Amino acid sequence: MNPLPVTDEFYGRVDVAIPAKAEWVAVARLTVAAVASRLQFSVEDIEDVKLAIAEACTNSIQHGAPSDTIAIACEVGNDELRITVRDRGQGLRLESVGETGFKEDGRTEELGVFLIRALMDSVEYRVDAREGTELVMIKRVLA
Amino acid sequence: MDIKVNVRESEGDAYVVDLTGEIDVYTSPKVKDAITELIDQEHYNLVINLEKVRYIDSTGLGVLIGGLKRVREHGGSVNLVCTNPQIKKIFDITGLVKIFGIFDDEQSAMKALV
Repeated sequence: MNPLPVTDEFYGRVDVAIPAKAEWVAVARLTVAAVASRLQFSVEDIEDVKLAIAEACTNSIQHGAPSDTIAIACEVGNDELRITVRDRGQGLRLESVGETGFKEDGRTEELGVFLIRALMDSVEYRVDAREGTELVMIKRVLA
Repeated sequence: MDIKVNVRESEGDAYVVDLTGEIDVYTSPKVKDAITELIDQEHYNLVINLEKVRYIDSTGLGVLIGGLKRVREHGGSVNLVCTNPQIKKIFDITGLVKIFGIFDDEQSAMKALV
């Protein structure tokens, strides 16, 4: 997997790669929470970030091969945290998920993507047949 | 990180499932097994106590939804006990507050089953 691109507007960056296996999601969650704690986020905001990264990893596991690796980059800016999650799978497409939460006849697997979108300030999702899936999500510190 | 599951019989035919820990993609199968076993034994009125759950993700929510759908097929119900504001928030933003009975204590959750 190619390294994630480096950007200028962030002063700190942490990269972590985990096996695409359920037992490793907690490692991603705790690592990203530790990075998020470097910013002036509220406890509630950090919980939001923890859930969002867990949902992103879960999505990668459910749509990727068991031998895959999930690459996570956390870029720390003055007032925002940008998290990029990459895998080689063809993840659940963001646009296929509704914006109204769970419906009785809905698929529960869509809840994860719905939560990411609800909890983060910005979410972009790119799926490439060759490169896999890249999810970029941003949480901003409230002024 | 782990989840502890304790199942106990309560009033009438109702059963309480006490959960302690974190419910995610790794631990949720254990919760699913406990709920499935109860339903397979024809216990359709359940209270799931989330008071000691620190974290739940969509896979955990999916397990609870699956259990609710199954018991409803038999005229049963699943009520939740939840006091953690962060977890309540997850139920709120996903709209699951509309399909689950969510209570602050077990007694109220149990009473609402009948």
